[in-house]
Amino acid sequence: MIKVKLFATLREGRENEIDFEFFPGINGRFILEKLAIPEKQVAIFLVNGRDYSLDEPLSDGDVIAIFPPVGGG
Amino acid sequence: MIAKRYLRNFKMLSLEDQERLKKTKVLVAGCGGLGGYVVEMLARLGIGWITVVDDEVFEETNLNRQLFSTVNTLGKKKALVAKERILEVNPDVVVNPILTRIEEKNAKEVVAGHEVVVDALDSIPHRILLEKVCEELKIPLIHGAVAGWYGQVTTVLPGDRTLSMVYKNHKEGIEKELGTPSFSPAVVAGIQVCEVLKVILNKGEPLSKKLLYIDLLNQEYQKIELHF
Repeated sequence: MIKVKLFATLREGRENEIDFEFFPGINGRFILEKLAIPEKQVAIFLVNGRDYSLDEPLSDGDVIAIFPPVGGG
Repeated sequence: MIAKRYLRNFKMLSLEDQERLKKTKVLVAGCGGLGGYVVEMLARLGIGWITVVDDEVFEETNLNRQLFSTVNTLGKKKALVAKERILEVNPDVVVNPILTRIEEKNAKEVVAGHEVVVDALDSIPHRILLEKVCEELKIPLIHGAVAGWYGQVTTVLPGDRTLSMVYKNHKEGIEKELGTPSFSPAVVAGIQVCEVLKVILNKGEPLSKKLLYIDLLNQEYQKIELHF
């Protein structure tokens, strides 16, 4: 199982937390596609608290956190 | 002897701490939503020298959130209004207004000579430029950003390169859709000033390589440890 936690505006129209069934080769890009989150809406993509490439394969039990960019002053 | 105006800073701060603040030069880049609150709080805290960098004038659309914008200051340069305001709040503070925007060509010259820099800008490319220049000059940078109900703060110590990582794919954020209300800049600015104080006095744990992500809609505060 892979747990995905969404933050801020990414929660609009989605659950705050979503579980994904693990399969070998599953990666961030697959998860974003399934959640219909365009890559440009993602500033921080963390796997177990670490910055991660969307193309790197995930492991069973990983916890993912996704944050949109905040840039106003 | 401690000045009466700083009496309520005690005993959180010692006399030595207070004197140290008086000798400190802080640069605040941007005097809008975040910058106004930051400048006000730094002055009340007793920072001796505050450089305020902003080339804009106050407009009516600033009135919902920018502390120094009032019906009387519309059309006036933000950095000059900041100086006038701080003269009323704490005349012991030197406010040095610089009426420019930090760009590649002037950044180093503007930033040099300060002990801490506060990122209160509203443009991601300019924030990244500021991070680069602060790293070159070995100056800690206290970053804050807001959008709607959300905000973030991090303390970039020289070499951290946190903003380059956090904004690597972006030139703008969700503030373009959400706008910014009155309260989120105040919250984020308060945390930035607290980080400034900690860095100057070497107290507590600054948010180095950590991003505090603030969700005021759900009152969720995530301290994200960044490993990169």
